Amino acid sequence: MALSRLDSLYMAVVADHSKNPHHHGVLEDVEQINLNNPTCGDVINLSVKFDGDVISDIAFAGDGCTISTASSSMMTDAVIGKTKDQALELADIFSKMVQGEKADSQKRLGEASFLAGVSKFPQRIKCSTLAWNALKKSIERSEM
Amino acid sequence: MLDIKKIRQDFLILDQIVNDEPLVYLDNAATTQKPQQVLDALNDYYHTTNANVHRGVHTLAERATAAYEASREKVRSFINAKSTKEVLFTRGTTTGLNWVAKFAEEILQEGDEVLISIMEHHSNIIPWQEACRKTGAKLVYAYIKDGSLDMDDLRSKLSPKTKFVSLAHVSNVLGAIAPVKEIAELAHEVGAYMVVDGAQSAPHMAIDVQDLDCDFYTLSGHKMLAPTGIGVLYGKEEILNQMSPVEFGGEMIDFVYEQEATWKELPWKFEAGTPNIAGAIALGAALDYLTELGMDQIHAYEQELVNYVLPKLQAIEGLTVYGPQDPSQHAGVIAFNIDGLHPHDVATALDYEGVAVRAGHHCAQPLINHLGISSAARASFYIYNTKADCDKLVDAILKTKEFFNGTF
Repeated sequence: MALSRLDSLYMAVVADHSKNPHHHGVLEDVEQINLNNPTCGDVINLSVKFDGDVISDIAFAGDGCTISTASSSMMTDAVIGKTKDQALELADIFSKMVQGEKADSQKRLGEASFLAGVSKFPQRIKCSTLAWNALKKSIERSEM
Repeated sequence: MLDIKKIRQDFLILDQIVNDEPLVYLDNAATTQKPQQVLDALNDYYHTTNANVHRGVHTLAERATAAYEASREKVRSFINAKSTKEVLFTRGTTTGLNWVAKFAEEILQEGDEVLISIMEHHSNIIPWQEACRKTGAKLVYAYIKDGSLDMDDLRSKLSPKTKFVSLAHVSNVLGAIAPVKEIAELAHEVGAYMVVDGAQSAPHMAIDVQDLDCDFYTLSGHKMLAPTGIGVLYGKEEILNQMSPVEFGGEMIDFVYEQEATWKELPWKFEAGTPNIAGAIALGAALDYLTELGMDQIHAYEQELVNYVLPKLQAIEGLTVYGPQDPSQHAGVIAFNIDGLHPHDVATALDYEGVAVRAGHHCAQPLINHLGISSAARASFYIYNTKADCDKLVDAILKTKEFFNGTF
């Protein structure tokens, strides 16, 4: 049965994050970033609180598939407490990982590194990068 | 009766393995596959006939022009237009609706209204939003009841202010069929033009534009066995005569002077530039193919598939089918969701069972919002699908539920 091959995408850790996402919600008093995936309808609402250069708090809401929700949850875990530059570096590492590049630096992503399997599902790469794109936009805005 | 086995032999693409499973193609509302006869027509054209139309005296130019115009006649006959002057080749339904909305911009005034429905495809919404924005007219929506167009709501929103009524003949999400003949009568009573988006109806049922008495009717070739990039806008001759061309350039002119120009007669005044000649000829071949099968037989066969699969889908626990619940009211496009599962995850899982469906908002965001969902999965059927395909869909959905229920 070919469905068993989906196990490399839908791992238990992905299921956990999707069912019980971390940092789910909206932060008061910070600018919110709304991004969507126009091809499929996934929507993310991301709020990031900066303490100087550091991401001191982060939360996401919206509506997405398992991959998109799990990736958002994993992203928030990965970047909270990091500086903007560190977070942007992680976003870059993640983007390369889901496009199939292999690198030791991927360990720095924490549980987000479990999404490496997405590279075998090209139609789902966009689901996994939506949250990271929202993060980049949020950092960009904070510099303006 | 259609001989599906024989039909399937014309579609080599269907005979393949994806993700270790035989392909079950159920994304026909997005685009259909093309039979060998259509591919041959394209190939033959480029091998034996290729030349520009309406401008050469040499033999190939004459041959290409004759083949191109013969296709126009095939379209005329297929939709039963009065004359080939009423058959404009376009890029597809989107282009057709944009042209009509441009015409509307010349007519609409502040306070006028355009009436569409909440289940329109974006291509039958945004051109009207633009036309209304530029003219100060108001875009008014009719809503749905029991998964179909709410005719009482539609009637209540028609008034002498209504200048255009533009509706999908068949909804690309709900599979609901709008009674466009009846609506055309109502539209004409208040003096409005009736525009029919036929993208999801022309491939599946016999169309008679004179009987429907619509003022405009659009279709897309690629949803009915022809290549992408070719479509048709039908308009009543007297209306097309009042309509200005949307594009200007070669092919559409009569005389050109330094400061002005005059247009060719219908239908050519609308076809600026070198048209999609090969596409139009291949569309002709697609219409030959469909006509030979018989549109009434095609409609009956698809209805048989819906009668077979809809109750099976409805019986799956936690599965919601959108649109009419009665199979006899539901065309061969079935949107659904499964409780607790996101349609993208469903579509990926089905793909791994070899079943190609679409997931997303289906270019109908206002409808998806109205339904209170963010997206849906959609299976859509055509002449080469079988009851075995229906069984495979149902089976793959059950396996998908099982797969995700284990861990998710």
